[in-house]
Amino acid sequence: MTGPDVPEPLHEVTVSVNGVRHTATVPARRLLSDFLRHDLALTGTHVGCEHGVCGACTILVDGAPMRSCLMFAVQARAHELTTVEGLGTIDAMGPVQQAFSECHGLQCGFCTPGFITTITAYLEENPDPTAEEARDAISGNLCRCTGYQNIVKSVLRAAEIRASADLGAPPLIDADARAGEAPP
Amino acid sequence: MPPCGDRGRPRIEQVKPAPFVHHAPTTVAEAVEVLRAVGSHGKILAGGQSLIPILSMRLASPEHLIDINGVAGLDRIEVRDDCVRVGALVRHTQLLQDESAYAALPLLRQALVHVAHPAIRNRGTTVGSLAHADAAGELPSVLALTEGVVEAVGPRGSRDIPASAFFVGPLETALAADELAVAVRFGRFPEGTRTGFAESARRSGDYALAGVALAITLQDKVIRSARASFVSVTDVPDVLDLSGAIGSYAAVPDLDAVADAVRAHVSPDTDIHATGDYRRMLVAELTRRLVTELLSR
Repeated sequence: MTGPDVPEPLHEVTVSVNGVRHTATVPARRLLSDFLRHDLALTGTHVGCEHGVCGACTILVDGAPMRSCLMFAVQARAHELTTVEGLGTIDAMGPVQQAFSECHGLQCGFCTPGFITTITAYLEENPDPTAEEARDAISGNLCRCTGYQNIVKSVLRAAEIRASADLGAPPLIDADARAGEAPP
Repeated sequence: MPPCGDRGRPRIEQVKPAPFVHHAPTTVAEAVEVLRAVGSHGKILAGGQSLIPILSMRLASPEHLIDINGVAGLDRIEVRDDCVRVGALVRHTQLLQDESAYAALPLLRQALVHVAHPAIRNRGTTVGSLAHADAAGELPSVLALTEGVVEAVGPRGSRDIPASAFFVGPLETALAADELAVAVRFGRFPEGTRTGFAESARRSGDYALAGVALAITLQDKVIRSARASFVSVTDVPDVLDLSGAIGSYAAVPDLDAVADAVRAHVSPDTDIHATGDYRRMLVAELTRRLVTELLSR
């Protein structure tokens, strides 16, 4: 599968993802996005354009949003990575995930992991954005389903949820209680 | 059907950057030694926000990547009396948020907010953007307008390359294949200088169809100098002196003469995004509005 003559040199790469250490042996050219999905089987991070335009593969590197398709896995060793898997679960969604659910902020869901990570980091620094600021905050992420209206609403709703939650603890949402609520 | 993992394998070996040897020097001297050894087969990897797409599309396939992210001491911003010095590992976001750099040279932040999106700015480096020398990039026009200097280190020693000699052509600089740009120095403007940056893109964060960086120096209400450099409408970011065209009095700048001078100076190409004529009209209008904005502050 590799070159005809010389086998491609491999690197043992250990990274910390969502607080868990993972190790895999990969060539230097392995994109971080592919490393997460193929080598670590963390398929929450989605891969769209693979040249930094669409934003689907955005993860948090030491808390800051970056394109995982524009880094190599061998460069991620010294960093703490957060993917969408680290921002909540189906039973205990993070504030941004909960807002997307409430506001119909997604349709097919392909772009959603990149929006969740981007908005999570944005709200850390800008906890109370206006609608216009919310629109600007998501301008680096492409969505082909929603027309963005409900994503903008989701940003604003996530800010509300964050403000009402105890920011020190991860918000725990009772799925059964929420099931009976009417959508806004 | 084979399981998903097996089906995925061939693609991630093939439709990806070509194989390369990854070098991770920890000092400038080590980086230069690798550059000397590999010469034109090597490429510096800093932020990678322009380089990695190029590798992924296989527009380039260097055999060696010299990853300078582990080199100590390159991540500093230093404000001096005559310049702001930016190390090769300073990320756009770091420079954008630096209050002392903003106070010394507001044009930096004024331009940096237009560089791509936050996720790109968090990783991409200011010096890397200059070394990439894309005519559609914002930073080359800033380096030109501030009469900045690139500090290069190579096997033959260190040298300073002034902006006017640094940009040779689109994506082409005066850096030799075995030289590393370790820092740039953006020159500071004289007291009384107002600066601004404007660009127009189809979508927020996209490559600009046209852009302009402007510096007007006033003394009392008299215009002492007015200079501009441009994005996406010239092959290399040279400086246009508008001091003659704009006139002397800040209250009544000759906007038509400014627009005429800009139109005559630029040489935009036609591509799928816009015609050359449209870009010429656009950059003249952007400049006209920016002049008005700066003088009404």
